[in-house]
Amino acid sequence: MPTESTRSAMPYARLMLMLLLAPALLWLLGLIVLPHVELGILSLRARVAPRVYEASLAQYRTFIEEPLYWHTFVRTALMSILATAITLVMAFPIAWTIAKLARGRNKSMLFVLCLIPFWVSETVRTLGWMILLRESGVLPQLLVWLGLSPAPIEMLYHDATILVGLVYTSMLFMVIPLISALESLDDSLIEAAYDLGGNGWSILRQIVIPHAAPGIVAGCIVVFMLTLGNYLTPTLLGGKNSQWFTEQIYTQFITRFNWEQGAAFGFLLLGLSTAIVWAGLRLSGQKFGEVMQRS
Amino acid sequence: MSSDVSAAPTASGAAQPDLQATHVTKHYGAFHAVDDLSLEVARGSFFSILGPSGCGKTTLLRMIAGFLSPDSGAIEIGGQAMNGVPPNRRPVNMVFQHLALFPMMNVGDNVGYGLARRGVAKDEIKRRVGDMLERVSLPGAQDKRVDQLSGGQKQRVAIARSLVLEPTLLLLDEPLGALDLKLREHMKIELKQLQAAFGTTFVYITHDQSEALVLSDHVAVMNHGRFEQVGTPQQLYYEPQTPFVAGFVGANNRIAGRASDVNGNMVTVTSADGMVVPARAMGQVQRGDAVEAFVRPEVARLARQSITLADAGLPFFSARVASLLFDGANSAVLLHEENSHTEFRIALPQTGQFADLAVGERVHFGFDPQRAVCFTPSQAERSA
Repeated sequence: MPTESTRSAMPYARLMLMLLLAPALLWLLGLIVLPHVELGILSLRARVAPRVYEASLAQYRTFIEEPLYWHTFVRTALMSILATAITLVMAFPIAWTIAKLARGRNKSMLFVLCLIPFWVSETVRTLGWMILLRESGVLPQLLVWLGLSPAPIEMLYHDATILVGLVYTSMLFMVIPLISALESLDDSLIEAAYDLGGNGWSILRQIVIPHAAPGIVAGCIVVFMLTLGNYLTPTLLGGKNSQWFTEQIYTQFITRFNWEQGAAFGFLLLGLSTAIVWAGLRLSGQKFGEVMQRS
Repeated sequence: MSSDVSAAPTASGAAQPDLQATHVTKHYGAFHAVDDLSLEVARGSFFSILGPSGCGKTTLLRMIAGFLSPDSGAIEIGGQAMNGVPPNRRPVNMVFQHLALFPMMNVGDNVGYGLARRGVAKDEIKRRVGDMLERVSLPGAQDKRVDQLSGGQKQRVAIARSLVLEPTLLLLDEPLGALDLKLREHMKIELKQLQAAFGTTFVYITHDQSEALVLSDHVAVMNHGRFEQVGTPQQLYYEPQTPFVAGFVGANNRIAGRASDVNGNMVTVTSADGMVVPARAMGQVQRGDAVEAFVRPEVARLARQSITLADAGLPFFSARVASLLFDGANSAVLLHEENSHTEFRIALPQTGQFADLAVGERVHFGFDPQRAVCFTPSQAERSA
């Protein structure tokens, strides 16, 4: 039974809650729901005459009929998956070192080292890669100087260059959920497995990875989405060859001023990332809510 | 007593010990965690290492398990030298302090983990896991998740997981520490029965003297990286060799003073406050030495009339009751000796004879000097 005072306090409590939630709700409604509704409507219409539109699936048909579009689409998805996988493989030993091996000052030092690159804007960081990798850049010159290549090699504008940039940009977002997942792993579980006859590989497979799975999946989802939606890195490091789907969207909106087509592409990308994340969760047997608590 | 204390006297005589450590040392900088220590554990026995936290018992256990390697000295298990052998190749398994059951596996997979790592066939694993769970009274628990088990059941799974591998030696690192009191009492008995049923050699470390006394065939009392004394629980309790053992194992009244008279092995100890206590010397005691005497609370007899004690031929003291410590069967009374005001603890007899004892009441107590012990200064210094 609520007492007199709690009963009178309840409307206030509810009002406070509403006020506190208001910014988040406004943000959700204004910046996510409304634009998507608008884009959704845009993507489902076609221009038949100046200022005359009718509902149609023409935008989506264009996507299917034009090989360049869906080729770019599939390529972006595969490259993103590959970048995510490389990031995971590279971030795991780093996270393991920080979570399990480093102690005290070293631990915070290593963590700060992971963080420092992010104090610089992504544009500047990517330009840094360009300085290193372009034909007249540091690395090709070094190779010539060492006698390993007769003439400077152009290292920009390859798929590998794009992957390097994407992995570099995403590393921190994989390392952090992995560290928190690995730190919560009790060392005595590893010792117990070792004591019962396990070796490094079997302990990794049977104890460490199952324990860290929510963290691994969380990191993968974040990195995958960031990579899939990245515009700057593929454009700068891949140049004309990058063929990243976000560039297609940009071109439709800005260069071609074809908002209908751009909106349709946007929705296709949204569908793609949703489908791949769903498939990833299904394959790893994880639950979305559980995973998101870890990240 | 000293670093050379070796060998629990083996029950089975000449049988080869399952665990033998000789002059094992482990330093951390200037800190001697384990200091030139030797021990032997007979096959099939329950051996406990009892000591306060920080005495080096965990370090010793981890060296036996292979997680640490000794700076010097040798460890042999089942007659095999273990230097340089990693934990996964030792015939030793460990029950961890917080059990370390694998939460990502069900009970059956936990128990079968070690067998699977050894490459035992699936059917065979299934059969042996089933048998083992039956032996620890958890039949059919294979498909349960670890978090569905109670504290006691987890304990049994942890032991089953180790014993299914038929190790030469089972190490237990204070596995009862996390349990509540009632369950701990119950698990003590269960652990002893399990050990008797399997016949595996158990090496158990604990800071709880009651666990060590109840469970063990032999107990080593450890302090500052050394064994103070190794013996049966009865030996430790009735014949402590050092003041540390006398003070650490069981409750004791400690009276520090000088040996005012020495007659054979009987010493008269006079404390600074003027209490005069007769006690049996452990080791050499010279007249005038600084000594410590120990009298167990249950050794002293309480009486309302001093004549009762005089008739029994006991030296007696008069005292006032300072407080009553009722704890069922473990009830005791705190007295202040009349002349010296020395505090003295005496166990209350279970006859109900003193049920009406009141604070402030004048009583008498006495004890058989043969059952009080006293130690020489060198030993007293060493444990200080």
